[in-house]
Amino acid sequence: MTPILNVRALVKNFAGLVATDNVDLTVEDGEIHALIGPNGAGKSTLIAQLMGELRPTSGTIELAGRSIDALPTAGRVSLGLARTFQITCLLPDYTVLDNVAIAAQVRSGHSFRFWGDVRTETALREEAMQLLTQVDLQSRANALVVNLSHGEKKQLELAVAIATRPRLLLLDEPMAGLGHVESQQMVATLRGLKNQVSMLLVEHDMEAVFALADRISVLVYGRVIASGTADEIRNDPAVREAYLGEGDELC
Amino acid sequence: MTPQTEHSSRRLLPALAVLALLIALPYLAQATGYTAMTTLATRVLIYGIAAASLNLVLGYGGMVSFGHAAFFGIGGYTVGILYQHYTLGEPLFGFIPGTNQLLITLPAAIVVSGLFAAAIGALSLRTGGVQFIMITLAFAQMLFFLFVSLKTYGGDDGLIIRRANELPGLNMRDKQTVYYVCLAIAVLFALVLSRIIRSRFGNVLSGIRQSEKRMAAIGLPVNSYKLVAFIISGMGCGLAGALMANFLRFASPDMLHWTKSGELMVMVILGGVGTLFGPFLGAAVFIVLESLLSSWTENWQLGLGVILLFVVLYTQGGVQALLGRLRRRA
Amino acid sequence: MTLFLEQMLNGVQFGVMLFLLAAGLTLVFGIMGVINLAHGSLYMIGAYAGTWIAGETGSFLLGILGAFAAAALAGVAIEYLVVRRLYGRDHLDQVLATFGLILIFNQTITLIFGRQPLFVSVPAILDGSIEIVPGLEYPLYRLTIIVVGLLVAAGLYLLINKTRIGMLVRAGSTNRDMVRALGVDIRLLYTLVFGLGALLAGLAGFMAGPIMAVQVGMGEQILITTFVVVVVGGVGSIRGAFFASLFLGVVDTGLRAYLPGLLRHVLAGSEADALGAGISSMGIYLIMAIVLLIRPKGLFMPNS
Repeated sequence: MTPILNVRALVKNFAGLVATDNVDLTVEDGEIHALIGPNGAGKSTLIAQLMGELRPTSGTIELAGRSIDALPTAGRVSLGLARTFQITCLLPDYTVLDNVAIAAQVRSGHSFRFWGDVRTETALREEAMQLLTQVDLQSRANALVVNLSHGEKKQLELAVAIATRPRLLLLDEPMAGLGHVESQQMVATLRGLKNQVSMLLVEHDMEAVFALADRISVLVYGRVIASGTADEIRNDPAVREAYLGEGDELC
Repeated sequence: MTPQTEHSSRRLLPALAVLALLIALPYLAQATGYTAMTTLATRVLIYGIAAASLNLVLGYGGMVSFGHAAFFGIGGYTVGILYQHYTLGEPLFGFIPGTNQLLITLPAAIVVSGLFAAAIGALSLRTGGVQFIMITLAFAQMLFFLFVSLKTYGGDDGLIIRRANELPGLNMRDKQTVYYVCLAIAVLFALVLSRIIRSRFGNVLSGIRQSEKRMAAIGLPVNSYKLVAFIISGMGCGLAGALMANFLRFASPDMLHWTKSGELMVMVILGGVGTLFGPFLGAAVFIVLESLLSSWTENWQLGLGVILLFVVLYTQGGVQALLGRLRRRA
Repeated sequence: MTLFLEQMLNGVQFGVMLFLLAAGLTLVFGIMGVINLAHGSLYMIGAYAGTWIAGETGSFLLGILGAFAAAALAGVAIEYLVVRRLYGRDHLDQVLATFGLILIFNQTITLIFGRQPLFVSVPAILDGSIEIVPGLEYPLYRLTIIVVGLLVAAGLYLLINKTRIGMLVRAGSTNRDMVRALGVDIRLLYTLVFGLGALLAGLAGFMAGPIMAVQVGMGEQILITTFVVVVVGGVGSIRGAFFASLFLGVVDTGLRAYLPGLLRHVLAGSEADALGAGISSMGIYLIMAIVLLIRPKGLFMPNS
């Protein structure tokens, strides 16, 4: 079966600095593939390249067997790619519901429609409400984004991303800054989404990674140094050395 | 009543009251003997259209254009040039006949300024932020120089339009009639704008202002939408310029001068950025201020500068927000 | 040939003036993220103060000092009273506030000096011309402007690349928070940079005095041209501003000198002159359009 995401020999240089160093990576259909690595390993840069926000220096990216190298971000999203942001990136003047509904609107076709009142389009509002229920945020539907807690913003990020009906979701540290209980909620939500969408999960929270990931790849200084199941990664000496420093226990 | 309709009726009532006042205005002007009020109000309406157009990109789309006088001027020159070819009886470029019919010149002005906006917008939107400001300003200046050098159309001195465009069945030489024509167009324009703002298009435009990155990430080809907004906005300014040329019976490079772009921005900020009626209010404040200050001193712009500085540094949201705050306090 | 050389030198001289303004504008934007429309006003203030003092005292040197003092004072006052409140505000607020400043300065100058332009003659020691190459007599004063401009460019290069302040300026333009984290008094740095920009603008304004009319509105005219320089050279890049200034200065001067003549081959005299003047004043904007098409970030910026 063709993997949903197939990255081959991806390289990104920033004025002499190698941010992505010949990365090969696959995400199989239906899988949660975690990408871990110390700070500055190039994880966010990788996501930006997958989304087309940054141009790679060289290499190829395929989505479900189709090359997307030449596509701009919008084209990639319409083929089924979506992302969440580590530092949440939402529309601050809009309500929670508006934020999700606008994503549903953009997915449903072009927006060169100048006449009807978008706030009265019940189909969009209902779809958005349903998605909010999925991330357990329905009670906050009419709250303004500026008034949300950090955890709620993280949940909303997720709802907005799913509203584009992606086939592959790129999650940039969805647990970052969450408390223990919130993290567990997020893990449960992501697990619930697993049968809908494949995921590439960039995360520091090892507990969450081991709870969710089918496979794990380790990125250090822009290179993938190991790739395998949770157990394989746990016992990989190269990972232990590079990622943890010698002698430390994982978790 | 549902909250939705209650909300819209609360907004509709004051709007209707203002409209009634505007309809009665020429009679009030005559009754009070202050007839200049009608021409003053005509200018307010015309600048209001221009400022509201600018506000579409500035307030709703978050694009700071410092070159919108270009479209205002192009609208004016479209009327003037068509009129000149009409009086001379020779077609423009050898095949476009001149005309003095408002029903032709207004759409023509809208189309021509839209085309210019498409070209300038496509180039300016290749970058963003501070470059966008400088580039729009520079292109407007370029067109200013172009019209200054066009001796055929009056060059520096501008183009005199001996008689305002004709509208079947109306006497366009009558100031009151011109006022009502402008009022009708302004109301129509505000209605169209209010639909656009609340439409799917307006929704993504406002989204772009709030976070371009977010809108791109949900799959929106952001630049196409910014460009279309820029074009619509240019068309609105062109319409205003065409009306102004009819009102003044004159089109000149002054209409494209960079200070005019600045003045349009000042109107937007005086009234309140990103509100539908703010720019009209701002235009009124600006015009009244201008005529008051300039009756005291010819250096009235000094006062304007000070007021502008105060508004920017110390109020958030212009006169409309100020009124709102006062109302809430009362 | 000598005429052509002379026009090229005039172009370089205009370019050097543009550079003095563009350097300050691009520095202020690069390091503080503020767009200052009133930068042209500092040029005007330098021109008025210097020209007036030189005229009253008969001393060109006192004129220079006066221009420096007035421009720097005005610059620091602007920074302290207005621009300081605009850091971190959006560009719209910056544009409108500094537009307000333009109105205030223009009207104040009109109140003090009236609407008549001021004139000043070239100082005696710089009067006359020298033969640069056989057959080419070039005015000494314009040559001095070129030399001064090049010296300033060299000085800025050294300042930015070789000194601690320059290091902070470079760091500040790429990473403001980092500079703050280094414990630098960022306010002082901002004021210094702003003052430096004001000095350069004042210098340019004063030097322009004897060859252009000193009048209200002179600042905005050159400011808009400076914007074109900054866009073509790349925002925040002093090096880009330098090359773009010279390039556009030469192109603009060349077009004005030769285009009407060329047009006269196809059009009647007066029409050719008017159209030629129009198109040549559009020339640099067309270059800007082309640059935007091929290198939207500016000709001298790394393409990333």
